[in-house]
Amino acid sequence: MSKPVIATASLAGCFGCHMSFLDIDDRILQLVELVAFDKSPIDDIKRFTRPVDIGLIEGGCCNSENVHVLRSFRENCRTLVSVGECATMGGLPALRNGIPLKECLDEAYMNSPTVAPEDRLIPNDEELPIILDKVYPCHEIVKIDAFLPGCPPSADLIWEALTALIQGRPLNLPYNLVKYD
Amino acid sequence: MTEIRFTIDGRECRATPGQTIVEAAKANGIYIPVLCHYEGLTPVGSCRVCTVRAGGRYMAACTQPVAAGMAVENTAPDLEDMRRALIEMLFVEGNHMCPTCEKSGNCELQALAYRYQIMAPRFPYLFPVRELDASSPKIMLERNRCIQCLRCVRAVRAKDGRKVFAAQGRTGRVTIDADRDLAARLTDEEARRAMDVCPVGAILRKEVGFAVPIGRRKFDAKPIGSDVEEGPAR
Repeated sequence: MSKPVIATASLAGCFGCHMSFLDIDDRILQLVELVAFDKSPIDDIKRFTRPVDIGLIEGGCCNSENVHVLRSFRENCRTLVSVGECATMGGLPALRNGIPLKECLDEAYMNSPTVAPEDRLIPNDEELPIILDKVYPCHEIVKIDAFLPGCPPSADLIWEALTALIQGRPLNLPYNLVKYD
Repeated sequence: MTEIRFTIDGRECRATPGQTIVEAAKANGIYIPVLCHYEGLTPVGSCRVCTVRAGGRYMAACTQPVAAGMAVENTAPDLEDMRRALIEMLFVEGNHMCPTCEKSGNCELQALAYRYQIMAPRFPYLFPVRELDASSPKIMLERNRCIQCLRCVRAVRAKDGRKVFAAQGRTGRVTIDADRDLAARLTDEEARRAMDVCPVGAILRKEVGFAVPIGRRKFDAKPIGSDVEEGPAR
């Protein structure tokens, strides 16, 4: 039987959840035995090459590219997991949700003290993803099958959840590992 | 003293006349979750997290006195799910960013969410726009996290008995405000009391925070209510 296939992505996140995932210490050797990676920043595979069993999503959706990637994960992954606070509720990027988008862009590209007067320009190129009105949690864009809270979720929590999903066990996550911070 | 007999989820319990269901349950080693209720304050029954059912009627266990022969339902699956929904509503109705909050690990709203194993709310996040008030020297009002439980309004008073905090507005737009003069005169001890009384991170003492390391905070190891369930009573 072939190994379960895993894919991961970091949308509007800081890669902290991926770092936490890599923080599983020597269990990373077991991981290599247990699963195969498809599209993921970990192996730098850019496009899905086969059906994926478990997709891990870090970060929420702040622009059109995030939505595109998230939808492609939903299409290609049997089980899709929101990993971390940003994927689950928007997290730090969602601090902008109470501020009108125009004000955010003005602050960053027009009024920031580090922008030279001749460089004052709000980027608007068709090559660039379109920024959304606010940052959305992943489960408000596509169906999400499981959530791992935390900022970041601890390596132990990610390991426990991943091995449970691989083995088809129910996600009975221990109390001391489930934390929102 | 006369004793009242009643049951919670079929278990025989004893109460003294006048005891609320929450108090009596606690005395019998049974935890009923509360959020707006704080021991020592007059209960108001505003959050409804303690809702139980007796005789087919729903009631706030923090305000309802026990009656003889009452058969209280506390852990029926539909009741527990309603409580879970209430907690989820409180999460989506404010801006609760636990990773950035000083109260994280000691927060009762978060602790209830842990107890009810809430991984994500069923309702969409509202991301309301709320103003932070840091004008007082000792405390900060972080309204993004306020759940309008009114515990601070009831608990924190100046020496002459005047209330330091008050609710303004109605329904979903209720905001908590501090009396500028009274808040400026809060002692460190009173500021600590205000922060302790707040179940969430809406009232914070200035220039302190994150004092207790992760792992040793109030709800890090055991769910909220464990102390009641393991309590001495029986």
